[in-house]
Amino acid sequence: MKARRPFVRMAALLPALALMLAACGGNGGSNAGGGGCANGVKLGFFGALTGDNAALGINIRNGVQLALNQYAATNPSCKVTLAPFDSQGSESVAPGLAQQAINDKQVVAIVGPAFSGESKAADPLFNEAGLPIVTPSATNPALAENGWTIFHRAVGNDNSQGPAAAAYIKNTLHATKVGVVDDKTEYGKGIADIVRQQLGSDVVFNDSVPQQTQDYSSTVTGAKNAGVTAVFYGGYYADGGRLLKQMRDNGLKATFVSDDGALDANLIKTAGAAAAEGAVLSCPCAPTAQVQNGAKFIADYKAAFSTDPGTYSTEGFDAANVILQAIKAGKYDRQGINDFLKTVDYQGITKRIKFDSKGEVAEKTVYVYRVKGGQLTGIGPVEQQ
Amino acid sequence: MIGTFGALYATRWMGISPGADALHTGIGLVLLLVAAAIVAMVASGLTAVVLERVAYRPLRRRGAGRLSALISAIGASLFLQEAFALWQGRNLVPFPRLMEKQVLFHVFNAEIRNDQLLVIVGALLMMVVLDRFVRTTRLGRGVRAVAQSPETATLMGVNIDRVVTLTFLLGGLMAGAAGLLYVVYLENTGYNIGFLLGIKAFTAAVMGGIGNLRGALLGGLALGLIENYGAAIWGAEWKDVIAFTVLLVVLMFRPTGLLGESLSAARA
Repeated sequence: MKARRPFVRMAALLPALALMLAACGGNGGSNAGGGGCANGVKLGFFGALTGDNAALGINIRNGVQLALNQYAATNPSCKVTLAPFDSQGSESVAPGLAQQAINDKQVVAIVGPAFSGESKAADPLFNEAGLPIVTPSATNPALAENGWTIFHRAVGNDNSQGPAAAAYIKNTLHATKVGVVDDKTEYGKGIADIVRQQLGSDVVFNDSVPQQTQDYSSTVTGAKNAGVTAVFYGGYYADGGRLLKQMRDNGLKATFVSDDGALDANLIKTAGAAAAEGAVLSCPCAPTAQVQNGAKFIADYKAAFSTDPGTYSTEGFDAANVILQAIKAGKYDRQGINDFLKTVDYQGITKRIKFDSKGEVAEKTVYVYRVKGGQLTGIGPVEQQ
Repeated sequence: MIGTFGALYATRWMGISPGADALHTGIGLVLLLVAAAIVAMVASGLTAVVLERVAYRPLRRRGAGRLSALISAIGASLFLQEAFALWQGRNLVPFPRLMEKQVLFHVFNAEIRNDQLLVIVGALLMMVVLDRFVRTTRLGRGVRAVAQSPETATLMGVNIDRVVTLTFLLGGLMAGAAGLLYVVYLENTGYNIGFLLGIKAFTAAVMGGIGNLRGALLGGLALGLIENYGAAIWGAEWKDVIAFTVLLVVLMFRPTGLLGESLSAARA
């Protein structure tokens, strides 16, 4: 027994030592990487590459990669490579991963974070470290209100998407009894609350169902009993698809309306083509074929990745290109790129990218998509009232 | 979880691909379900027996207390979850729809679908079969004897090791059958579906009384009803909170369960 004590004491010291060393390691180099592009720079992608809603992250990452490929072909002097950070779309993984990105001094800017929940968790860290981010898809309006100097959003936010979805439900679907369901995430609840506020007394049923719920029967039964003719779901395609499937299985024929997080072919795959028929989805993103040089983008994307571009591929492409403009202008460090982004005026393929004082862009058109014959088809922009 | 994957692989071996509407009816459907159930039960039962050998018997041999067994159980459960996460990935795996989900009849305003009826009938059938087994067969008598008093049972000539293995096997078989019902109803499975289900099953068993088979079924029904009524009143996000609150309340005020413990009595 006595012989064990010194060993136990030493064994207890080791974790304490390890923690101390880890803390020292983190604060090491505090300046942004180097003054030049000597070893090449990295453009980070921060978002879900695995997990339930990975398709959204992969679309953006591919858009960024395409931009980098095209840049490398015309600018061999400074090598810019992609540094992917897979957050799985989770706010609990985001802060640790953000710290990893910050510690990698070669990462000079980030396209992302892709989701609003992880943005809320990671952006304060990026702000403190001065690492500029351009998000092509995080649409929660509150993100821009935090005074983060590094925050830039290359897409319209939910203050335009929410009212557009609500207007569609009211004016096109003429639904007077609406159910609004959200998935409790920063993004889903955010946009669902905006829709609730816009529709006011038309909302006769409300529910909040956490992500990864398997059984939506209580929600569907409640909606049925309230007699809703339209259901707005604030959330992503994995859960939305399951909700939609169970709605149809339980005989609820209400029109399913959802947001850009659910705008993915996997929604139709999860729910089944028959159940998904007629579902309506809003997005501040234009159909890929309709953007400037859309056909060329689709061809290039397909050649590079053997698959069609998805939601936000074009916005990811634009976000990457905006940052590449800074690198082209000789800004190879984080501060330099952030300053450049303050005054940039770049015509991307989706929109004119010029950030205001809060990091938002001016383009606010919201587009509507419908599921027809098992495919997502764009049916045009929503008339803003 | 293992039962659900067993059922999934059974459908794959029979050439049914997920997503494809391979709807069956009549005898074909029954045979399909029975085949999937058998594979699920075998997979689950086998796992249970192996676990007993590896995770519980060594502890029993050394006379370790119940707490050690509980910790071992949690460890084994995490091991299985992560092993499947590495093998199958961490996303939900879809299960093909095997039968057209039609509404069979109405009870007041509620619609009863064929898959819902299958689950209810399946659960009742399992309870009856298990009940019969424990009450009438020789092995069942051994199970009850060991539950009442292991030492005396040994003196009476009951092989404890065999009885424990048998109990685990029975548990595994039932879990496998439940796994099939789960995937037929929800059409999804994943590495971590067993966790929450396990806790709720424990809640149901405690509510009904440990060792009481009818109690467990009643407890399950009661839990489901309480959960869904609570969800209707407060919102679906509170479902799990309600389930665990019920567990707390039952443990505090009636730890022997609603129908009373019946380890010793022949009440099964």
